[in-house]
Amino acid sequence: MRTPISYFLVVSAMLFAIGTVGVLVRKNALVVFMSIELQLNAVNLAFVSFSRMHGNLNGQVLAFFSMVVAAAEVVVGLAIIVTVYRRRRSASVDDVSVLRG
Amino acid sequence: MPLDHVVFWVFAPISVGSAIAMLFQRNAVHAALFLIVNFFTIAVFYLVLGASFLFAVQIIVYAGAIMVLFLFVIMLLGVDREETLIERLRGQRTLAIVLGTGIALELFFAIRAGVGFATKAPANFDEVVNEGGNAVALSEVLFRDYFFPFEVTSVLLIVAAVAVMVLAARERRAVTRAEQAASPARQPERVP
Repeated sequence: MRTPISYFLVVSAMLFAIGTVGVLVRKNALVVFMSIELQLNAVNLAFVSFSRMHGNLNGQVLAFFSMVVAAAEVVVGLAIIVTVYRRRRSASVDDVSVLRG
Repeated sequence: MPLDHVVFWVFAPISVGSAIAMLFQRNAVHAALFLIVNFFTIAVFYLVLGASFLFAVQIIVYAGAIMVLFLFVIMLLGVDREETLIERLRGQRTLAIVLGTGIALELFFAIRAGVGFATKAPANFDEVVNEGGNAVALSEVLFRDYFFPFEVTSVLLIVAAVAVMVLAARERRAVTRAEQAASPARQPERVP
């Protein structure tokens, strides 16, 4: 492979930053959740790039684990969104401001 | 120009572009579709980086299962209408973009300082590390060095499944005998 490994890391950093902006800007709770998924994927890409750079498979195993954790997190998060929607008839994060200080 | 260079320069703009397009879509379904495109490009990066097992897992689990779940919930809730652009906190959007740019720049300089832009990966990854195939080599690491964390993730998945059942279950009240007598239509049909 002739591509420098830092190129993949830069793409990963950009995806992570875009995901952060998405979490902060978007109002729809589902899209906020998708942005979190984007961030998790960016970190996974960084893991795999470092695994390739250091020449061992530990990074790939960690990316595998983070996929498992992401799957569990998606399932619980979507259930919470469905529960909130049932009660408030809205999936906007602005309407769930009862807990604010 | 080597082949992995071509693959990288074709898919990196698609990856970043689809992520930005996801950010600007006001319709949740369109955002989900752009996210699927992004997941596919990340899968291609995994293939270039020599992680062919994760390539398959990325497509099956992320682009397949998780995004189908997302689309299912979008359709179930009927929230495919567009969201409002009114800001509750003034200047939130500007501040968020400034912060995101700051994070990107910080990571950029961290990569330049820590890894260096010219550092290339060792060339014999497929022969040395991926000996016998990526899936075989990965399973040896996973079931030897990371066996205990692997078992812990199975516990995590079970706990998540139970949690979803608790969260998603509607409260269901048992029908009393007096209510059954009051409305005969409510009576359960006898199963033959």
